[in-house]
Amino acid sequence: MLQDLLQKVKIRAPSPLAKAAESVPLSIPKDLLFKCPRCQAVLSSEEFTAAGRVCPACGYHARLTAAQRLEETVDEGSFEEFDEGLESCNPIDFPGYGEKVAQLQAATGLREAVITGRCRIGGEAAVIVVMDSHFMMASMGSVVGEKITRAFEKAADEGLPVVAFTASGGARMQEGIVSLMQMAKTSGAVARHSRRGLLYITVLTDPTTGGVTASFASLGDIIIAEPKVLVGFAGRRVIEGTIRQRLPESFQSAEFLEEHGFVDMIVTRREMKETLSRLLAVHRGEGGACE
Amino acid sequence: MNKKTAWERMLLVREKDRPTIRDYIPLVFDEFWEMHGDRLYGDDGAILGGVATLEGRPVTVIAQVKGRTLEENKKSNFAMPHPEGYRKALRLMKQAEKFHRPVVCFIDTPGAFCGVEAEERGQGEAIARNLFEMMELRTPVLSIVLGEGGSGGALALGVADRVAMLENALYSVISPRGFASILWKDASREEEAANIMRITAEDLIGFGVAEDMIPEPQGGAHRDPESMAATLREYLKNTIFKFTELPIEKLLESRYDRFRKIGEFTASQPD
Ligand SMILES: [Zn+2]
Repeated sequence: MLQDLLQKVKIRAPSPLAKAAESVPLSIPKDLLFKCPRCQAVLSSEEFTAAGRVCPACGYHARLTAAQRLEETVDEGSFEEFDEGLESCNPIDFPGYGEKVAQLQAATGLREAVITGRCRIGGEAAVIVVMDSHFMMASMGSVVGEKITRAFEKAADEGLPVVAFTASGGARMQEGIVSLMQMAKTSGAVARHSRRGLLYITVLTDPTTGGVTASFASLGDIIIAEPKVLVGFAGRRVIEGTIRQRLPESFQSAEFLEEHGFVDMIVTRREMKETLSRLLAVHRGEGGACE
Repeated sequence: MNKKTAWERMLLVREKDRPTIRDYIPLVFDEFWEMHGDRLYGDDGAILGGVATLEGRPVTVIAQVKGRTLEENKKSNFAMPHPEGYRKALRLMKQAEKFHRPVVCFIDTPGAFCGVEAEERGQGEAIARNLFEMMELRTPVLSIVLGEGGSGGALALGVADRVAMLENALYSVISPRGFASILWKDASREEEAANIMRITAEDLIGFGVAEDMIPEPQGGAHRDPESMAATLREYLKNTIFKFTELPIEKLLESRYDRFRKIGEFTASQPD
């Protein structure tokens, strides 16, 4: 029955029909449905979860929580978390910031927008960084910057590769200039890790934008992206406002970046773990080239 | 005289007759040879770079270029660089490294350009690459914020051993207008945003983001560009060559630590 309904409402592009699609599922509570932000296809949450949170119509790889990502990526029982106790302060005393963080902590069960730690991926040892866009769009403030920096420093000390799943709205404006400086701090830590001849793989996930794109997310030796995800520096609406025209759906997609030479490969979620473990294996024991 | 608010300073640095890098270069340096292009794509008019001498010693100069007329601003894109501007800056920094001369960056931008072509050519990658490379650049780097230091587009010339700000200069994560429009959904609160964001020289020195404040003539740099230039020249002479005397490994260590220690957080016990 639901299948029939979905057939009826599957719309491939934003069009006047999309409005009709929005009105059809009114009888079904909103959280039981997933509407693809890329192709507007609508399907049941069950079906969407069974598909690995990937849109079956267009292949868009939707956002995962950090816990879901870790479960999909690391070998069972291999994850040891770093620095889980770090929490934000309020460097510019921005009204309401502390409350907002507390609210999100309660809602997500996370302390902050990134989880870091040591793990194995298909048997290969690595330091892993996973950002979670459900926590304040994974914007980079002091805690995100510090945890990522420490993760790279620890990896450099232990001679381990780093795999970073990025997702972020950019700098955490509520922390003012202190958040901007996290871009330099994390990029510096990547540089030091790199100088040791160690591998850094970036996996760009939805959405990776702003100051994170303009720092460690663009600095991997190998840059992988999930299909159809949004990756860019400037916000689409900012650019549309400047040029006064609509941009195509493909603008700032993983495929757009690949076409322009900023992504090495686009890898589906189904193949991600195997790809990472093979790439880690290929680079195993090649560290220390520069020192 | 009362201290100016951040908003008053913002209006002041946006004054159309505020001196730009093109005014300062002939007054601050003895000689200057401008260099063009990133050797990859093109030559970005928003970034000016070249080799100058100061007291007979060579330095590499890299700057964001504000214009004063519409014509000038068209050429320099209102000081908003494209990726090729950042790559030109990096090329000239690498040239400086090769010849062991210090780099002086003058920051004066509302931000990196936001546009279709900038995205196509990798604005994010270009900025990221500068942060990465500047942190390891084996020659001293000094950055001076002349007017507006806007966001990542400013930081891409700001990974330095020392950062100075002109007295009225500002340096921020996003423009006050952008801050108000994103966090309060109301761009008209830009003045209020400017005043709470902590973006003045004094604020930044407090955060350890900048070390020095360079005084401006009474009423602002535009009141007396020549005396402003003389102050800048003095500051540069007294600062930049001190760094060339330090062993390079020590310099890089302290550059890393300079940024490494920025951040405010607490560490509680894990559950
Ligand atoms: Zn879809």
